[in-house]
Amino acid sequence: MYIYDAFDRTLVNERVAEFRDQVTRRLSGELSEEEFKPLRLMNGVYLQLHAYMLRTAIPYGTLSSEQLRMLAHVARKYDRDYGHFTTRQNIQYHWIKLAELPDAMADLASVGMHGMQTSGNCVRNITTDQWAGAAPDEIEDPRIWAELIRQHVTLHPEFSFMPRKFKIAVGTSAHDRAALRIHDLGLQMHRNAAGETGFEVMVGGGLGRTPFLAQTIKPFLDKRDVLSYVEAVLRIYNQFGRRDNIYKARIKILVHELGPEAFAKEVEAEWANIKDGALAIDDAIVGDIAGRFVYPRYEQLSDNPAQFVAARKADRHFDAWVANSVANHKVPGYAIVTLSLKPEGGTPGDATAEQMDAIADLADRYSFSEIRVGHEQNLVLPHVAQRDLPALWRALAPLGLALPNVNSIVDIISCPGLDYCSLANARSIPIAQEISKRFANLDLQRDLGRLHINISGCINACGHHHVGHIGILGVEKNGEEFYQITLGGKADEHAKLGDLIGPAVPYGQVADVVEDIASAYLELRARPDEIFIETLKRTGIEPFRERVYATR
Amino acid sequence: MPLVENGKVVEDRYVRVAADAPIPDGVPVIVPAARFLAEADALVARDGLLGVLWPNNKRIAELKPWLGHLALIALDFPKFRDGRAYSQARLLREQYGFNGTLRATGDVLRDQFGFLVRAGFDSFEVKKPADAAAFAKSVARYSVVYQPGADGRLPALRRRLQSAGAADVSEDA
Repeated sequence: MYIYDAFDRTLVNERVAEFRDQVTRRLSGELSEEEFKPLRLMNGVYLQLHAYMLRTAIPYGTLSSEQLRMLAHVARKYDRDYGHFTTRQNIQYHWIKLAELPDAMADLASVGMHGMQTSGNCVRNITTDQWAGAAPDEIEDPRIWAELIRQHVTLHPEFSFMPRKFKIAVGTSAHDRAALRIHDLGLQMHRNAAGETGFEVMVGGGLGRTPFLAQTIKPFLDKRDVLSYVEAVLRIYNQFGRRDNIYKARIKILVHELGPEAFAKEVEAEWANIKDGALAIDDAIVGDIAGRFVYPRYEQLSDNPAQFVAARKADRHFDAWVANSVANHKVPGYAIVTLSLKPEGGTPGDATAEQMDAIADLADRYSFSEIRVGHEQNLVLPHVAQRDLPALWRALAPLGLALPNVNSIVDIISCPGLDYCSLANARSIPIAQEISKRFANLDLQRDLGRLHINISGCINACGHHHVGHIGILGVEKNGEEFYQITLGGKADEHAKLGDLIGPAVPYGQVADVVEDIASAYLELRARPDEIFIETLKRTGIEPFRERVYATR
Repeated sequence: MPLVENGKVVEDRYVRVAADAPIPDGVPVIVPAARFLAEADALVARDGLLGVLWPNNKRIAELKPWLGHLALIALDFPKFRDGRAYSQARLLREQYGFNGTLRATGDVLRDQFGFLVRAGFDSFEVKKPADAAAFAKSVARYSVVYQPGADGRLPALRRRLQSAGAADVSEDA
């Protein structure tokens, strides 16, 4: 976990003071709403359907227990006792009063948290693998690079008014858990033949109404050049990205219109001018940032201790939870535990203040006081000793947090949709809730295996529907909610956009369609361990299309 | 529209000349980009300080051959949210070595001042008088910066290495 020093704390406090001044000027009428809007947006404050919404940054999804307790406090004091974890590894509160926002921000600042750049046409929260620092397959901890970039782009004087928002993700494992290819800029670490590590640079990914996967513009970038290369990409985008049409303003359109080669040429020309300047990072700088991360002091343990193995044998519910929610850790005797925020009939990604406090306590006891937020809208305890898993499970169960449904059909990624969002055309959350009820049976979930559903309530695609194995997009037709269904999307290292299966269906039929698709899969799969996405790849979408539309 | 330079509201010495108006002799003038490019040779030979108003959708590199003759470049913010001129400013200051006056014009509001100064601007046509009065307070808002800019301030990354303990956050400690 990165520990803020006096510089970081000072900047956050100065930001709170600035925002307090801006709110005062807005309330007095000195600032018009039009003038205030970009200022509040750059602090994560949106005006939603019912109230202001505050989005709080959780840099690369890493939280301390102290920070999580503060998030619970903000939920309790300023909101309605809950918060919503997002696909950007952030948290948002949907019921905040404008006049109380500066106080909420001051409370967050007391633990080094803020809403800076969680909205607006600037570089947004840098995301990475929620298993960073714990995953057995990572080359090195991606958070060091995410933190270097976070600092560089925070209140950047040149890139705070770009054509549109800009999302960066960093990955250092062979298996992409950060959805790099759907980012404006993705950085994937590789080791070259000489044993050196560097980054593959991909640009121009993004979903929304014109989805694109990011294209590689540089296969291997020396790590010392990361900041200068990011600067060059942003400079080209800031000058030449389209500003005439909000739907064509993301970098993906610029990359598409110029072509990746021409875009890369512009970037390389600019980069050549700055690469040996003030942005070149040497080992001292990387070492300084890395040194500000505090790592757990692991005990010397062995994998599969006797009491853990015995507990698995003794209790099939515990065993099922371990099989589903517990992953291998790079340190022997430890495990990575995912806490599903997808209860039956619940809102994906919501956690109550009570749950957040309890998770913070459990993190103190079992996970070196660390918690992660994953883009799948679940939480993670990244460093749990395997011998503690039975006790942790018993503590999680009464909180509704020991749900063995991770990566299942009910582990749904969903945007807030029309229940909250002023941009939405259709509801998302009730669709997710209905699906979670239809598939509440654990044996059925297990039989269906890995199957990702993503739901967006409008074309902006905050629920990443294009990359869901089953993607559901809400649209509006003559004042009614309809839903387009896509199949076969993926956001991992084999990223792919889903294919539309046919005409949109009305609200009341979406869960039926998902049931049709699920039962078609069970009949079509070659063997029980051929997961949905593999069956789909083998058969194509035709048999699924037939099943869905045969009776409609 | 008040003009702020060196942290204070000042009289504007420059006269803005339209595309087709006669150019007065002996006084500092700002001419539009198209006219400047069309009449550059005559303009630089003229007696009196010369400035150009450059739009934010034209490559600033086109000005490179003329930088030695220009006393002022005005960059435009047609809307507060349109930040192209920040890149133009940094290119002029940090790569092309432009040392003259760099003026921000258009929709220039209080909450941009800090960014503008860091991008290399030193002259500001401010839209609202109250904002002009708050200029000094506004640019002093942040004592910590995270990235190098045209203002030469040292980013936190480097200051940490210098001060080792990093306890002192007063500017350039």
